[in-house]
Amino acid sequence: MSTDTIQLETPRRLRFEIFRFNPEDPASEPHHQTFELDEQPFMTLYIALNRIREEQDPSLQFDFACRSAICGSCGMLVNGRPRLACNTLTRDLGDTIRLEPLPVFKLIGDLSVDTGTWFRGMAEQVGAWIEEKAPFEPHAEEERMDADLAQAIYEGERCIECGCCIAGCGVANVNPDFVGAAGLNRIARFMRDPRDARGDEDWFEVVSDENGVFGCIGLMGCHDVCPKELPLLEQYAYLRRRMLGAAREETAT
Amino acid sequence: MRIETTDVLVIGGGLAGERCAIESATAGLDVTLLSLVPPRRSHSCAAQGGMQAALGNCVKAEGDEPTIHFLDTVRGSDWGADQEVATIFAHEAPVAVRELAHWGVPWTRVRPGKNTYFIKGEKVEIDEPEENAGLITHRDFGGTAKWRACYASAGTGHAVLYAVDGEVVRLGIRVLDRVEATTLIHEGGRCWGAVSRCLRTGELTAWLAKSTVLATGGHGRIYGQYTTNATINEGAGAVLALETGEVPLGNMEAVQFHPTGLVPSGILVTEGCRGDGGFLLNKDGHRFMVDAEPEKQELASRDVVSRHMMDQIKRGLGVSSDFGEHLWLDLRHLGEEHLRTKLREVWDICRDFNGLDPSREPIPVRPIQHYSMGGVRVNKDGEAYGMRGLFAVGEAACWDLHGFNRLGGNSLAETVVAGRVIGARVAERTAATSLSVSTDVAQAFLADTAKRIALWRDRPSTGGSVYAVRDRVAEILNEKVGVFRTGDELEVAVAELEAAQRDIARVGLRSSGPGVDPELTAAMRIEGMVRLARITAVGALDRTESRGAHARTDHPTRDDARWLNRTLARWDAERDAPRLTYEPVGLLDLPPGDRGYGKTLQKSMETSIDAYNQRAPGEMAEHGALPTDEPMGARMLWGAWKGHEDRPARPERNE
Repeated sequence: MSTDTIQLETPRRLRFEIFRFNPEDPASEPHHQTFELDEQPFMTLYIALNRIREEQDPSLQFDFACRSAICGSCGMLVNGRPRLACNTLTRDLGDTIRLEPLPVFKLIGDLSVDTGTWFRGMAEQVGAWIEEKAPFEPHAEEERMDADLAQAIYEGERCIECGCCIAGCGVANVNPDFVGAAGLNRIARFMRDPRDARGDEDWFEVVSDENGVFGCIGLMGCHDVCPKELPLLEQYAYLRRRMLGAAREETAT
Repeated sequence: MRIETTDVLVIGGGLAGERCAIESATAGLDVTLLSLVPPRRSHSCAAQGGMQAALGNCVKAEGDEPTIHFLDTVRGSDWGADQEVATIFAHEAPVAVRELAHWGVPWTRVRPGKNTYFIKGEKVEIDEPEENAGLITHRDFGGTAKWRACYASAGTGHAVLYAVDGEVVRLGIRVLDRVEATTLIHEGGRCWGAVSRCLRTGELTAWLAKSTVLATGGHGRIYGQYTTNATINEGAGAVLALETGEVPLGNMEAVQFHPTGLVPSGILVTEGCRGDGGFLLNKDGHRFMVDAEPEKQELASRDVVSRHMMDQIKRGLGVSSDFGEHLWLDLRHLGEEHLRTKLREVWDICRDFNGLDPSREPIPVRPIQHYSMGGVRVNKDGEAYGMRGLFAVGEAACWDLHGFNRLGGNSLAETVVAGRVIGARVAERTAATSLSVSTDVAQAFLADTAKRIALWRDRPSTGGSVYAVRDRVAEILNEKVGVFRTGDELEVAVAELEAAQRDIARVGLRSSGPGVDPELTAAMRIEGMVRLARITAVGALDRTESRGAHARTDHPTRDDARWLNRTLARWDAERDAPRLTYEPVGLLDLPPGDRGYGKTLQKSMETSIDAYNQRAPGEMAEHGALPTDEPMGARMLWGAWKGHEDRPARPERNE
């Protein structure tokens, strides 16, 4: 066992081209600004951006919280591709790194966008909670669940709402009401959950229009950019199957 | 500048704050929740491995019950915990876990039939009985007599936070994210809300509220980059409470260092790794914990494991790297499938941040600041000492369930248990309160914040940087207020922190753009953070014993004769320095004894338990404890632990 992975070479000089715009400042115009930094071992964009702010431009706006790829705060365009900044190592990128805010979401300033409002709206739109079948009984044993089903629900639960799938979605970029892959994934997660009282007919009301499952035109950019590697294709196929089934039943009756 | 009113103002949108808010919203009260970040981005989402609750659902959990959870918790705390609070907690935890299941948490379930586990280095096959199929299962964690941690892979906090936030959305609770509180509004020992600053626009608002809840999490970021904590864990609640001059902080010197922080990023690698059978190895590939703790091995409590790791490093058995010495966490024997399902988040973190495959390579780890046992001192109803109408809950609070060392999985449990218990009290009190405060008071506090901002904006830049002060404080704490402490180093730390605080006067802002200026935001917080650091260092210096995570190499004895107490720190504005006093830990039921791991010297109490318990309520009231709905001790289950103690309850060795 050794630490050979740590290379001590002459550091690269990295060039960051960063989108700048402060909507609160009438004098501010959207533009790109260039900063330079020496690369350090294990340098992430979290480390790089903080160094730029602390050493070069204290007004630079961006968002980080957990810096370990679980809170979803730091989605941005890295060389044009939506991804988390905190788990992006500079060693995987070229000498010039272009950073821009995620599209679709309202810009707060520079690289900071308002994902919170968007996701709260989506949660309200799709009803992203358990509709209980009966009130909670504090002293009763928990409802049993098959271990594999719990694992399958957890798989969809892993979404961290970073917004990368929304930013990478051709439909979400033109239709502000489209719930996107994050919304569809969440619906599939609750649809699978036997604790939820909603049946296919209820879900049909929620998702079967152009803002829901039939809004997707199948580009699947979401699947390619999801930092948590969620099975978005499978979730989407599952939803379509369930909803087409529900639609057929409706037509038959 | 605006003035708004609400029934309940919750500051902090993590699990404790949201769970608390749900109680008031369900009771029909108007609730406003302020959060630095969208609630789902709160640090609660970083809890990985589990949440302790004595359901006793799998074979290795058989016979578990809340009383044993109580025993483990008090022993884990090294008898620093309030035993009545530990009793309430242990008995409410199973209900809280089941409520979360009702709200949709995909808890990992019992799989009947043969299950393969790794226990104390051995591969073991256990038949889980059919009758338990589909119940919430458990994994092992440190310092517990039974397997008790309920979990959802290694994303337990995430799953719980999303379920609870789902309830918050369903109930339509008003949540304002990207908002920070700058000061509490209070008058004559009564809190009436807070002033907030919007982190989108910079706008100030005075929130007048019948009840105010601090749920801002811990303050690990006073250790700068040397912490597992998120960037937002800067101790906002503790600072707000301290600045009133009335409310004390409890046990700030009790700082938990997690054994397995990833090197070099400091990102948490869950205790669930060791719970599931992971090894700690030194540079020779030797499992040193087996020699050090034959009984618990890698699963002694965190304070004990961290000390053994630092001891290995001191003895030259650490692995050298460009980022300092470290040890290895070896999960290779668990196999890829286990790692990619039950420890999936660990797999991701190793890959993303170290380019490492934990099924093939060991993980570089070292102890790092992780949890603040200390916080805003509250009574069992969650109400702050010395300030009616102000509550604190979760890591921001010193309730005090953890004493001098928190057990793994007990903090996630605390957020929702305390959120339920204290949330119910908040709702009751709020319903019985009318808002009787003049808007002049709100205006005065608003003006105060506006003045602070103006002072920062107008200060000339003399070259000092707010980030330099922050980094200096972090270096001092990391070097001198760490896993092992000595009086000499602590004295230096206290002096250096005082100097760092003086340096703030030389800090000027280099930017002063309109809207939210991130440098101004950092500057607004730095004074409070240095105060928390000073209180931590002074508390550690004055406590001349070793208890839980507070390990003094020059005072290795746990001294129950002199130090079976809780440190309370207030900030005297006129002296610009902390003032420490000490109160009893609470009523004692389980007598101080041996923890069963991490053997240390002990000096016994000189008074009887009865005598201690007789003076405790009066002394705590003198220290600021407000009366509780039920009298002190009403929730104690005296002697219920008897017959469950599988370890000697009396000291094995006296000094």
